[in-house]
Amino acid sequence: MSTTEVATEATPKSSAPAPSRFEHGFYTRAAIIAVALLLVIILLPQILSLYYIDAMTQVAVYAIVALGLGVLVGRVGLISLGQAAILAIGAWVAARLLFATSLPYEVVLLAAGVITMALGTIVGLPALRMRGLYLALITLMLAGAITVVLASLNFPNGGHGFSGYNGALLHIPPIRRPGIATTDPAYFRYSVIAAAIMFLLVLVHVRTKPGRAWAAIRQSEPAALAAGINTTLYKLWAFALASFVTGVAGGLLAGAVRYLYSIDFQTQDSITLLAVVLMGGAYSIWGAIVAALLLQLLPAILNDIGVSPDWLVILFGIGVLQVLTTAPTGIVDQLPKDIARLFRFVTGASRRSAANQGSAQ
Amino acid sequence: MIEVSGLTVRFGGVTSLDGMSVTFDAGTCGLIGPNGAGKTTFFNVLSGFLRPASGTVKAFDEDLLAMANFRRARWGVRRTFQTEQAIENLSVYHNVAMIHEHSKLSGSDRQTDVLGAIELVGLESVAYAKVRTLGAGQRRLVEVARAIVGKPRLVLLDEPAAGLPEAETAQLGEIIRGIPAHTGAMTILVDHDMSLVSSCCENTAVLDFGKMIASGPTAEVLRNEQVVRAYLGAEEAA
Repeated sequence: MSTTEVATEATPKSSAPAPSRFEHGFYTRAAIIAVALLLVIILLPQILSLYYIDAMTQVAVYAIVALGLGVLVGRVGLISLGQAAILAIGAWVAARLLFATSLPYEVVLLAAGVITMALGTIVGLPALRMRGLYLALITLMLAGAITVVLASLNFPNGGHGFSGYNGALLHIPPIRRPGIATTDPAYFRYSVIAAAIMFLLVLVHVRTKPGRAWAAIRQSEPAALAAGINTTLYKLWAFALASFVTGVAGGLLAGAVRYLYSIDFQTQDSITLLAVVLMGGAYSIWGAIVAALLLQLLPAILNDIGVSPDWLVILFGIGVLQVLTTAPTGIVDQLPKDIARLFRFVTGASRRSAANQGSAQ
Repeated sequence: MIEVSGLTVRFGGVTSLDGMSVTFDAGTCGLIGPNGAGKTTFFNVLSGFLRPASGTVKAFDEDLLAMANFRRARWGVRRTFQTEQAIENLSVYHNVAMIHEHSKLSGSDRQTDVLGAIELVGLESVAYAKVRTLGAGQRRLVEVARAIVGKPRLVLLDEPAAGLPEAETAQLGEIIRGIPAHTGAMTILVDHDMSLVSSCCENTAVLDFGKMIASGPTAEVLRNEQVVRAYLGAEEAA
């Protein structure tokens, strides 16, 4: 076998961990992603109405949230039903800082990410002892608790004190936006770029040492321990990363909607979020984009054509069932395969009919 | 040298290890016994997955039980699992390199060392293939490579030949016999394949119902009447 010889001879410098860092077609893929990103930033605001630009801003924000949950579910195998509450924490922190300080928006996003990371890691502590259904239940309860606290605290609206809430305000000032992105199209671009940075951050994690440690933990904790992996550290790291990006998403959300109310963050949103992440594809970071489109663009379209988005609950239920039974890798993996199959079917059919005609003559 | 004394493990009302005391010297030692004798439980104690109710384990004069479980791999305790646990979504290379990634081993070049271990088990042709594309026999070899890379001191092999066809078992035997020379580590081999145990292990210990019932040179132990009754009896009757 010639491949054997090649592998043994080409020992150190030449070949070895090359597949890890720069996989086959790395530069092509990077270029395609960059071009797609530019198209989204430049083209979409030109062709979409303000209504859909706002919807797409929400897609960018929720793609980050789905990305964070995807890390937990798809990479480490930890189910969290508390991500909507984590998002609310990020939004609260950002809103408070935006009203109280004149810090640049980027600094506020970073601060929202870091503070949410600290709190979110605490929410992740039960994950050290349990997983599966019990972890889901505990995170759901914690999320409920956070929602209750936020409801009594209210979101900052320009008032004073720790909570920054003033119920007597007649003219509630909107949450400020970054100076370079005050209009809706500009804020859309800003959100997409911020989301792209978060995707890059997660991609770097997934492709390097923590990603490999997570893969080991997901498959078998004993095997991970036997390989010397500090499973406690890496599980908390996953929660920290997911909470950080979700906190940044909360900061972006604050600027996107400009008025925050605790009613916007329902405990059941976390469940819907898990459903769309599973449908989009939890094992690929691109599944997060599909998940966000399902979660934000689809209801916007339904609203636009006069159908109640409440029907989506049924659709998502069927969708999750379908994904779990027939396509566990989600839409992002299944759709290209189905398209290829359809293409083969169509081309095969035309070839067959051509052959039939040939034989008939 | 591994000195085990008075090791007791209980699961509820079941006593899985009952005051187990044994000394494993250098080289490759066998550990045999009927199913449920406590062999895997013993390995799980050494790996730190289980806390014994009582007893001590001294490995090369260090108190192994006082060490955090994930630190033991860094210290040099390595193992394979009865149902193989190579990480499916990673390449063979990354499965083996994982040991290096999570320990601060100095000296030898990581890449050369990892490829050396992969070569020793004969997987160099699939070094960069994802584990999920490999067959059961090759996956076991990935685990063995992971157990011998770096600087292992104690290699625990838990039924590495289970379910393997004869030719692959023979190949595995050769690899196991090469471990002391390649790594200088001592190895404890648990297996039901007596020809594999006899060909790899100079000394063998026998567990039955959580107690050591015999230990010594492998050939002698396998002739021991008590052992034959406890373990091989069924085979002879058949």
